[in-house]
Amino acid sequence: MPGKSFFVDTTVCTACRGCQVACKQWHGLPAEKTVNRGSYQNPADLSFVTYKLVRFEEVVVKKKLKWLFFADQCRHCLEPPCEMTADDPTAIFRDSATGAVLYTANTKKLDAQAVIDSCPYNIPRAAKDGTLAKCDMCIDRVENGLLPACVKTCPTGAMNFGSRKEMLALAKKRKAKVKGAKLLDAGDIRVIYMVTEDPKLYHKFAVASIGAFDVSRAVAMKRMVRPLTDLTARL
Amino acid sequence: MTNHWIDIGNSDCILISGSNAAENHPISFKYVVKAMRKGAKLISVDPRFTRTSSKADIFAPMRSGTDIALLGGMIKYILDNKLYNKKYVSAYTNAPFIVGKKFSFKNGLFSGYNRKARKYDKSTWAFAMDKKGVPKMDRGLKDPRCVFQLLKKHYSRYNTKLVSQITGTSEADLKKVYKAYTATGKTGKAGTIMYAMGWTQHTVGTQNIRTMAMIQLLLGNIGVAGGGVNALRGESNVQGSTDHCLLWHIWPGYLKTPRASNVSLAAYNKKWTPKSKDPISANWWQNYPKYSVSMLKSFFGDNATKAKAFGYNWLPKVDDGKAYSWLDLFDEMYKGTVKGFFAWGQNPACSGANAGKNRQAMKNLDWMVNVNIFDNETGSFWHGPGMNPSTIKTEVFMLPCCVSFEKEGSVTNSGRWSQWRYQGPKPLGNTKADGDIMMELGFKLKELYKKSGVFPEPIMNLKWDYMTNGMYDSHKVAKEINGYFLKNVDFPKKKKSFKKGQLVPSFAYLKADGSTSSGNWLYCNSYTEKGNMAARRGQEDAVNKIGLYPKFSWCWPVNRRIIYNRASVDLKGRPWDKKDWVVKWTGKKWIGDVPDGGWPPLGSLEKPNPKSKWAFIMRKHGHAQIFGPGRADGPFPEHYEPLECPIEKNFMSKERMNPTAAVYATDADAYLTCDPRYPLVGTTYRVVEHWQTGAMTRPQPWLLEMQPQVFVEMSEKLAKLKGIKNGERVLATSARGSLECTAIVTKRFKPFKIGKNVVHQVGFPWCFGWRWPETGKEESANLLTPAVGDPNTRIPETKAFMCNVSKL
Repeated sequence: MPGKSFFVDTTVCTACRGCQVACKQWHGLPAEKTVNRGSYQNPADLSFVTYKLVRFEEVVVKKKLKWLFFADQCRHCLEPPCEMTADDPTAIFRDSATGAVLYTANTKKLDAQAVIDSCPYNIPRAAKDGTLAKCDMCIDRVENGLLPACVKTCPTGAMNFGSRKEMLALAKKRKAKVKGAKLLDAGDIRVIYMVTEDPKLYHKFAVASIGAFDVSRAVAMKRMVRPLTDLTARL
Repeated sequence: MTNHWIDIGNSDCILISGSNAAENHPISFKYVVKAMRKGAKLISVDPRFTRTSSKADIFAPMRSGTDIALLGGMIKYILDNKLYNKKYVSAYTNAPFIVGKKFSFKNGLFSGYNRKARKYDKSTWAFAMDKKGVPKMDRGLKDPRCVFQLLKKHYSRYNTKLVSQITGTSEADLKKVYKAYTATGKTGKAGTIMYAMGWTQHTVGTQNIRTMAMIQLLLGNIGVAGGGVNALRGESNVQGSTDHCLLWHIWPGYLKTPRASNVSLAAYNKKWTPKSKDPISANWWQNYPKYSVSMLKSFFGDNATKAKAFGYNWLPKVDDGKAYSWLDLFDEMYKGTVKGFFAWGQNPACSGANAGKNRQAMKNLDWMVNVNIFDNETGSFWHGPGMNPSTIKTEVFMLPCCVSFEKEGSVTNSGRWSQWRYQGPKPLGNTKADGDIMMELGFKLKELYKKSGVFPEPIMNLKWDYMTNGMYDSHKVAKEINGYFLKNVDFPKKKKSFKKGQLVPSFAYLKADGSTSSGNWLYCNSYTEKGNMAARRGQEDAVNKIGLYPKFSWCWPVNRRIIYNRASVDLKGRPWDKKDWVVKWTGKKWIGDVPDGGWPPLGSLEKPNPKSKWAFIMRKHGHAQIFGPGRADGPFPEHYEPLECPIEKNFMSKERMNPTAAVYATDADAYLTCDPRYPLVGTTYRVVEHWQTGAMTRPQPWLLEMQPQVFVEMSEKLAKLKGIKNGERVLATSARGSLECTAIVTKRFKPFKIGKNVVHQVGFPWCFGWRWPETGKEESANLLTPAVGDPNTRIPETKAFMCNVSKL
């Protein structure tokens, strides 16, 4: 599989949130008005102006306290349900060189809710006028030989980016070294997270739920006409 | 740092205590991760489970202010289980020294205590000397009066059961920490400590650090790669500013500020130049007069003639026995004795302990000059909460300065690297570089003194020639700091000659006769005839491949990247750690890092090579100090409770608090211990999203978005007791002030079992202030903290105090 991928090693993420700020800075996104809700996680969720969000969860696993950090963003699916749902390449399309899933201003014309519902990772967010937005892989940086802003700023090596082959190799290598590590949906997406706990403890949508790719009727219809090999690859 | 950031990656065990490195030094984690990937263990000791703790192999919670108990327990563990590096301890530390008969320790007090003066007579802690005037020693460490045996006795009381009662850390957790860390005592293993204000901001702050330094010496962890005692400095250039005399009691290069009793230059140099009778002791400070005279020459140039004692008499002297620290300055300002104040790059209305006192103190000023990139709570104190501007006479001048990236100059990081930075964008609008503001100020003072003024010599004689084309020139200052030959000088022994006007190649060439200048001897070697060393960007590692990168920037002293590195080898000059070695004797010379002096190895202790020197060249007797008779509060660290604490009696002794702590007595200085109104232990800290008081980060929308409000973190149990819900606004109070904040109810704080009682702790970030965000409701946590100081440094005890939290 050509194109690019991220490898997100949550085991070394310190939740410094450099990635969250770098994303806003590169994209020139405004800050949201926030309050402290009794958590460090802020803004509370992704939004039309927040593409990258570090999620914080305090959990107790086997009597041991864990503070889990999950730098959430679009997974750039190899076969994006949002793209299929939109079915409009002027609104949602895949960049052929990198595999980045990109949204344009034409998303305004789409059924925003249907696109949002189609995403197994609960990523796209709509503006008041219905325009959709999410992580764009810093495609403008990547096309010019730069790393995505979030990767460039990461001090610990939690955020990595490169060719899909390199990232899969790195993910495999790291997984072998870390006890109990698992990779999330690595075969389906371009943002490969490595975790050590039950992925649901990090975030409800850390992994695609079973049958997630069937949530939308439009997608189901599409699948019916797709070659069987594609379906079997998912199983 | 004795070592440097990259070197953390060489460690086998990293203890992060008194620091939340992941949040406050995020880049450090690059190297922590590197070490961990090679198998290093990470230990986090903190009252609260932090983002650092989330990455640790071992997390041990402890009550704020009990570090000496916890670390003292580790010393006992090391000694009981013989985990120390005996060869290292015997050869390089003062463990073999015999302590004089007058020394004793009883009921929590060392010998020589004067309760009325709250001071020790330190002469009772002196070493026993032989006929030649060299300390008597027992290299076998068996003499009952040797430091090693006294150490054993002192820490025999620090058993894990008692330590656990004091710290609230479970015995099981204590043992886990001790076992993991002390494993680095094994030859070839290295453990490091990363600490910050969580250790220093206590009435026992200095002794907290000393306890760890002692552990590092016992384990042979000083001088080696991946070891050392590493202070993570809180600002990008705080190491540089300390090196260049930020603090009142030191001149540049850690020379002493003269006391009134140092009546002449000769008396000053005599007082502060240590003398050793031991021919094997390098006693490096014997060069003191060369550094003090060269500094005076750099200040006053040609005016600093020998006949005028090189200008010594023009410099201010401090009264003997009197302190002029931050706490003292604000105390005097509060009392009305200080009338003018330059607040330069600081925000004491939020950053200082007992910030409410500081704000009240500012009302007594005639004038204040606020030099900052933004207006802040200090410059605007007169219209802050509770202030009535019509009754405040203080005239405030705001001088907007440019930011660091808009000017050229050096920044010295925690690892002692002086790194040259070029100018990025030009200063915005009418802002000016600090250097330009200072130059102008100097010229104006000269102009005014020329007309009239009492004692004009210090100002009129200042050399003050650091401008080029009417602008401050950082290269001229950097060269001045390095120093020049002021005459043609020959060094026949070294077979070298230098011409007047040449830059001095290193401090080994500085002289006490006025023929050299150097603004800071420690930086002599940083800007030489070879160029600006700090501007170097060489990417090549040294021969030992441990990440020294000797041609990247420049490091004091003389580009030595790991100090005390002569202790990283055995007596024959062979590294303890064969793989990650720092220096190595080839038979003819040292290779690797710049060694602590080029003398050959000692060879043996019985008959040391007469050409050699003991390893710790900065100490008078050449040995690192496990017994430290120079500190104000005792030669061995002892656990005392914080000034404000939750228990009536110190479990360790009859002395509850540090008997020499600096306390203040204005009506704004209330201290309450074991008062039912303030039952909670409080502490303060920073967050990764804001920097210091937040003056630079609160106006930044992306950062404020992430941490918009001041908060108090508390355990679920405490919240339940108080009926407080997560995310609701609450009121925190102490004997000094109050703070409205948002409650974060978290599993990351747990109640402590202290003796038979349950003690709750809470914590506040101190990065807020009323000036911004615009609601004006997010205030500084320093409104709660006490102005009480460590007796050695007068650093305030903001990390452990008593408070309460209640529903609004």
